Amino acid sequence: MGQLAELISKYHVALAFWMTIKLTVFGGLGALIIGTLVAIFRVAPINVLRWIGTGYVNIIRNTPLTLIVFFFAFGVLNTLNISLADQQSPTSIADNNFRWGVVALSVYHASFVAEALRSGVNTVPQGQAEAARAIGLSFLPSLTQIILPQAFRGAIAPLGNTLVALTKNTTVVSTIGVAEISYQMKNMIEFSPQLLYAIFLLVAICFVVLTLPVGALFTYLSRRLAVQR
Amino acid sequence: MPNTKKFAALAAASLLTASLAACASDNGGGGGSSGDNDAVTIGIKFDQPGVGQQVGSDYKGFDVDVARYVVKELGYSKITFKEAPSAQRETLIQSGQVKMVVASYSITEERQQKVSFAGPYLVAGQDLLVRADDTSITGPDSLNGKKLCSVTGSTSAANVQEKFANKVQLQEYDTYSKCVDPIINGTLDAMTTDNTILAGYAAQPQYKGKLRLVGKPFSEENYGIGIKKGDTELCGKINDALDKMVSDGTWQKDLDANFGPANFKPDPAKNPPKHIPCS
Repeated sequence: MGQLAELISKYHVALAFWMTIKLTVFGGLGALIIGTLVAIFRVAPINVLRWIGTGYVNIIRNTPLTLIVFFFAFGVLNTLNISLADQQSPTSIADNNFRWGVVALSVYHASFVAEALRSGVNTVPQGQAEAARAIGLSFLPSLTQIILPQAFRGAIAPLGNTLVALTKNTTVVSTIGVAEISYQMKNMIEFSPQLLYAIFLLVAICFVVLTLPVGALFTYLSRRLAVQR
Repeated sequence: MPNTKKFAALAAASLLTASLAACASDNGGGGGSSGDNDAVTIGIKFDQPGVGQQVGSDYKGFDVDVARYVVKELGYSKITFKEAPSAQRETLIQSGQVKMVVASYSITEERQQKVSFAGPYLVAGQDLLVRADDTSITGPDSLNGKKLCSVTGSTSAANVQEKFANKVQLQEYDTYSKCVDPIINGTLDAMTTDNTILAGYAAQPQYKGKLRLVGKPFSEENYGIGIKKGDTELCGKINDALDKMVSDGTWQKDLDANFGPANFKPDPAKNPPKHIPCS
């Protein structure tokens, strides 16, 4: 235990852990927003929108996250020079890396959120949509007021899975220098190799602390909120 | 159904071949202390141009030349190179997977607790690599407000954070190669690590004339040859070979061949270095 305490204080593990949480929360929010839009595109009555939605999901879902992260870090940030932070600020590199990292995580996981939501839409009986149309609602109002609320409740379990996957996938952005937990793990292994097993244990504990409660919460919610039919 | 069976058979066969191939390469690389007297396995870097780099099926760099020379002097006829990433060097030596490690391996006290070193055969130092037309950076003192690139979990990065934490911003990637393009197109200002590795990048044909080595080293890295702890006999033989390499001119020739194109000459006051006593 003394070793663990030493590692935690020497390598700012708490700060790295907090960074992982921030990436998860912002990445999750971004993925939910983009994913909902893509899901709406996918079920829209207009062909072009459906094609865009399908294209997004199939392209992004089948591209490795590492590539998407590098696309934003090297293609967009370094080559096109599109910055998400004030270039003059003394922390512009860290800010840019973090923000583009969040964008990459959001874009990637949005495809899974969209598919989860589409499966949720499929749980809503056809009659609901017909009833909505019968009382005079057009596509968007019937989607936002009748279909999507039920779809979300039906899709809670797969959305939870996506969030757990996102939590673990945050480790990929360490390759562009975001100081999260696996980045700190590399430092720990390089400079305290004698504590190798303690380091792995510590990082594993961090992820279990994050993912187990999230999984349990979403399981509970999926039972609680599912529409009984 | 027959199709499924065929497929399964195919899968099993390919798995078997793969595992056999894995075995074969393990045995082929099993230099260390075991068996075959003519063959030896050496750990080098595969990804550092000018120092130790895999080029197709061949290996190039100053470390590789030193390894080849030493191995020939020791009387081995066959040499196998194995990749030795920084974090694994001690383990490779201790477990006998390699006889020695020649991989920009700085002699430090912490490492000497685990392995022994022959050499040093070269004294390098942490330096800066900048755009050729950028004259604003003349050394570590002119780094104020600049953007610096290095590798996550490297001594160079830790060194920068210790010495210049308040002055520079540090971008860390997982390999040095990723630092080069952002510097050339201006997003970052400089990269930092040992001057030998930097010179290796500057000497690469595709970067020629685009990068400049600043040439004001701010640390001293004694590159040694890592061997099993306490093997003073081998250490002595290697040191003799290194002495011969310097005296017959091969050392200088290999140095020029690898770093010449970048106009890089290691500090002549410290090179060629005198070796430390074997322990």
